[in-house]
Amino acid sequence: MSVDTVGTRTDFPAEPPEHPTAPYLRMERIPHVWCPGCGIGTVVQCFATALERSGVDLDKASVVSGIGCSGRAAGYLKLDGFHATHGRAIPFATGLKLGRPELLVTVFSGDGDLSGIGGNHFIHAARRNMDLLVILINNFIYGMTGGQNAPTTPLTAKSSTMPFGNFEPPFNLPHLAASCGAPYVARWTCLHIRRLTWTLEEAIQRKGFRLVEVVAPCPPLYSRLNKLGTGLDGMSFYHDNAVIKHGADTRDLGIDFQESIVCGKFVDEEKPTFSELMDTHYDRVLGDKYVPMAPEGGWLHE
Amino acid sequence: MRPDPAGVLTGAHYLDGDFACGEGAMAAGCRFVAGYPITPSTEVVERISRRFPAMGGTFIQMEDELASMAAVVGAAWTGTKAMTVTSGPGFSLMMENIGLAAMMETPCVVVNVQRGGPSTGLPTMVGQGDVMQARWGSHGDYEVIALTPQSPQEAFDLTIDAFNLSERFRVPVMFMMDECVGHMTERVVIPEPEEIDVVPRVLTDKSPQEFEPYSVNGTEIPEFARAGDGYRFHTTGLTHDERGYPVMSVDCQETCVSRLLDKINDNADEIVRFEEEGIEDAEVVVVTYGITARVARLAIDLARAEGVKVGLLRLIVIWPFAERRIRDLARSVGAMVVPEINYGQLVLEVERCAGGRCPVVSVTHGGGGVHDPAVIAKKIIEAGASRT
Repeated sequence: MSVDTVGTRTDFPAEPPEHPTAPYLRMERIPHVWCPGCGIGTVVQCFATALERSGVDLDKASVVSGIGCSGRAAGYLKLDGFHATHGRAIPFATGLKLGRPELLVTVFSGDGDLSGIGGNHFIHAARRNMDLLVILINNFIYGMTGGQNAPTTPLTAKSSTMPFGNFEPPFNLPHLAASCGAPYVARWTCLHIRRLTWTLEEAIQRKGFRLVEVVAPCPPLYSRLNKLGTGLDGMSFYHDNAVIKHGADTRDLGIDFQESIVCGKFVDEEKPTFSELMDTHYDRVLGDKYVPMAPEGGWLHE
Repeated sequence: MRPDPAGVLTGAHYLDGDFACGEGAMAAGCRFVAGYPITPSTEVVERISRRFPAMGGTFIQMEDELASMAAVVGAAWTGTKAMTVTSGPGFSLMMENIGLAAMMETPCVVVNVQRGGPSTGLPTMVGQGDVMQARWGSHGDYEVIALTPQSPQEAFDLTIDAFNLSERFRVPVMFMMDECVGHMTERVVIPEPEEIDVVPRVLTDKSPQEFEPYSVNGTEIPEFARAGDGYRFHTTGLTHDERGYPVMSVDCQETCVSRLLDKINDNADEIVRFEEEGIEDAEVVVVTYGITARVARLAIDLARAEGVKVGLLRLIVIWPFAERRIRDLARSVGAMVVPEINYGQLVLEVERCAGGRCPVVSVTHGGGGVHDPAVIAKKIIEAGASRT
């Protein structure tokens, strides 16, 4: 289509059609806070699409975020949304899930929030197999505070607090989750929108502690401090360097600075969740005396 | 309304304060407890973890107190009544999410069985050094409610009141026991369910279209919607408007935070509770709380034997503070004596309210034990003598 033909079109609708994702978003809060070239919005879009395709009852879906750029996602998704304290999204979500077991509870937050300040909660929720879908955006840096070193910053990469390059070994997050017993572990970059959406759709249907790590660019901080160009350059990098290896040994999933990023689904197994273990155990040892918490919550009343 | 009978262990029991507190929580309808082991509070959750499976309650031992408090706030947003239990070091870790509970206006109860501090302090021995932390411990301006029981019976009764107040005002309520009351075993009478008043979680009857989570319309306490009922609301620890959306502005901060303060301060007369003994003709009034009130009674007997006209003002609710009553008393009595198991915390509030109208004498104790009644009596007698 040439510029001329675009310029002479007269059949535009008076109102532009609603964006397909709009029903899943708090449109009154758009524009969002995320920077041009940031990958977080893409992941929100993929999650919204996955929710739509999965057909889950959105009234029973909650999203919990911590603090940071990715932590703002709970404020844009049109679900029951909880913007909790820094690092505490997982334990907050644990209370939500146990308080009303019928809910689908998703934690949507960043690498610093979930694996830095919240790292202890992350490993214990994985160990307990708490029934939570955890979407972890990994942009290798603390973005909201201005580009400080994260537990995920690759060796030698620069950050505002490692101006001469990072010398701390980073986490391999899929391996961390898998080694704690998580039954569903996957990683994509935010370039892989179709595969990420499929994975999220599948993860919504699974139960237990499900980690979906999404590598995303942070153009104004991580990319700028490391001279990696724009958001588009980040996408080109993912295109050229992401390697899809389903079922890869999670020990091999570490991410080195500007080296290949192994993506795919690494763990997908069935395991009883915390609540299932509790119910089974109490049924066995207490028999009829056991009264499980009602799906809609504890001791409800008019 | 009447409680769920499944949680009410009606009868006369021989219980320590920790167990009685746990029974009070279950009677009040608490069905979610998250906690982390810490002396001298752990018996509360041990009791609950044994009894919960038979009444549809869930106890989870979290990885730390940060997680415990966060889980309690999360559970409270499902409409399930929720509580956590700790002592000083854990209370410090909970401060972050106590602030979140205050900001999100989340009804919940935090039990602190106080031990000697600071830091690890005296894990198995008594203290009352967290009473200021209960009020000021999390950053920024907010108000809470805090109660102090003096006996296992009160540990039961006042735990129910703590839940009721948290529901009424949508605020985290601090239940400030001390190790002595927690580990003291006495007769505790648990009434029939028909004799217990429980404030239920009142859910909004507005439609999701007209509901805003922090809209108050001239009242001070917003209506509550819980997760999973189709309201698709948003709540945050950020400064927020009526919709629960973050707004970073001077005006929104003023509206948002001042209401957190006003809803407690404007209703202080309804919340504040104290008990007076022998105040009418008193020249000296002992102002105290918790286990120290029981020690003070012995001191008062000793001082009366010496001819001092002395009465007791026992604070039951310590936050909000009994400001009006202390101010009035300061006009009519000669002196106030404030014993507490710390180096002088609530005495600062007594001094503030007395406003120089009468001398206020602090009787400190570093913790690990209770006061020697003779030490308090000596202060009372000195205060009485300086009066005449």
